[in-house]
Amino acid sequence: MRDAFVRILVEEMAENRSIVLITGDLGFGVLRPIWDRFPDRIINAGIAEQGMVSMAAGLAATGKTVIVYSIGNFPTLRPLEQIRNDCAYPGANVKIVCVGGGFVYGSLGMSHHATEDMAVMRAIPGITCFAPGDPAETEAVTRVMLHTEGTCYLRLGRGNEPAVHGGKVENWRFPEPIVLREGKDVALLSAGGILTQTAEAADLLKSKGIDAAVISFPCFKPIDRQAVIRLTERFRHVVTVEEHTVTGGFGSAVCEVAAETGNGCRIHRIGLQDCFTAVVGNQQYLREIYGMDGKTIAQRTEAWLNEA
Amino acid sequence: MGEYEALVHSAYGEGKPDVTDPETLAWLIRRNGLEMSHISRGSHIGSVFSVAEIIAVLYTGVLNVDPADPRRPDRDRMILSKGHAGSAVYAALAETGFFPVEQLKTHYANGSILSGHVSHKGIPGVEVSTGSLGHGLGIGTGMALGARMNGEQWRTWVVLGDGECDEGSVWEAALQAAQFGLDRLCAVVDYNHMQSLFTVEKTLKLEPFEQKWKDFGWNARSVDGHDVHALRAAFDEMKDNAGSGRPSVVLAHTVKGKGVSFMENNILWHYRTPQGEEYEAALKELEAQRP
Repeated sequence: MRDAFVRILVEEMAENRSIVLITGDLGFGVLRPIWDRFPDRIINAGIAEQGMVSMAAGLAATGKTVIVYSIGNFPTLRPLEQIRNDCAYPGANVKIVCVGGGFVYGSLGMSHHATEDMAVMRAIPGITCFAPGDPAETEAVTRVMLHTEGTCYLRLGRGNEPAVHGGKVENWRFPEPIVLREGKDVALLSAGGILTQTAEAADLLKSKGIDAAVISFPCFKPIDRQAVIRLTERFRHVVTVEEHTVTGGFGSAVCEVAAETGNGCRIHRIGLQDCFTAVVGNQQYLREIYGMDGKTIAQRTEAWLNEA
Repeated sequence: MGEYEALVHSAYGEGKPDVTDPETLAWLIRRNGLEMSHISRGSHIGSVFSVAEIIAVLYTGVLNVDPADPRRPDRDRMILSKGHAGSAVYAALAETGFFPVEQLKTHYANGSILSGHVSHKGIPGVEVSTGSLGHGLGIGTGMALGARMNGEQWRTWVVLGDGECDEGSVWEAALQAAQFGLDRLCAVVDYNHMQSLFTVEKTLKLEPFEQKWKDFGWNARSVDGHDVHALRAAFDEMKDNAGSGRPSVVLAHTVKGKGVSFMENNILWHYRTPQGEEYEAALKELEAQRP
């Protein structure tokens, strides 16, 4: 995803001279194309995220579209108040980009697991929040984000994720979700790089005779309320999947809309169950341990369907 | 003229105060600061009084700003990073014509745009909202960097508090501004030696403060922060530092609560609001100092 992001960013920077990127001393190799092509529009702020985000707000006040690039929790939780006061409050044209949403840096330990970022960023007024599901969605989302005014948050996975979409995502309409497959028994709603697991779960359910729809939400704020309402009207069971705590993130956003409809649909949230990760392991290992790999999603969905 | 304006300008009789004179403007900042704190029962009058000359000198010919066109693209940007002294900036802006002096009476009030900590929303002449300390220098760094990238000549001014310099983010920005060689970034520290509970020296001591800034790669000098001529000379020198490849800072030594004897160097007046006899006594002292 990060390479898809950089690819589109380079294209947009060639078109729009006002785009500037600030990195918090990260992106070795990844940002090489930008250093090579636009050396006067990429800034290393050092390992100083608070200063980096305030600086981004100041740059935006001079007419720049500013990308703030870092990994894990460093571009969000560390400079959170700078995002709130300096960027979101005045509506600064700052795009916060996180590489490594969820367990991407699994083996590096809890400090590097970004598992509350979606909830925290979603809580701040005025921030448009994106979590694309694969490289093709990343391309579409990056382009839309760079043309969206104001403060945005882009949560990416890592490099070299498998494609979930067969080809490009054409004509994505912000903030709509993207239907990957239709289904009639249950809807699996997914935000972010966990989409590979959600899609795999649908395959496994198919083999059990359960027809699951898979819907990716590359934009989780504003959440497409009408789309959520339609899904909760159509399905008696909706499962949300996020590589993130279930508190306050994507699943919560879906529940908020659904609860207001009062139509009795049951929503099941897959994600970290309000806990820290205390296990070492790679991304897929941690997904399995914490119950958000394709197989576990399928098993739990089947169990929920059998319950009621 | 409204009732509030008539009151704070009453000492001038039929005449108008000369707001191009820094000592007059500093006096008006204190006079308005006293009145605003009295009406609103708002706090931080001690900080407003310590920063009065700094703000007054900036708004009498140092800053390139125009009340008739507050968003003019080539204006200097001024950030009050110690946002709790917001009423000093509000008073300076109102007195120099950015918005009506009468509006100052709404400070802190329900439905007012003049919040206790300085806010940019709807207030001509305010660039950014502050209030949480340690944000302004970073924002100023970004503005100065943006100006340079755009090939523009305007300057960025940031007024900080000394207690504010406890914040690590101030020093992040200090490193960054020096690294990028932002020589049109001018910072002023209101060094009143007091913070919320104790003196700076008893809290987190900053000395050798001037040397710290120099070690971080800044041009730095210290002045008497209540001497308008010394401040003006120091600010003009900062302007001349454009081309030095270094940002500049002036450490303005001030007295918290300056101008009212019982408020001076008294932490109580970080919070207390002048009412009754205290208001009368403060007013009397200020009246006696009017230039």
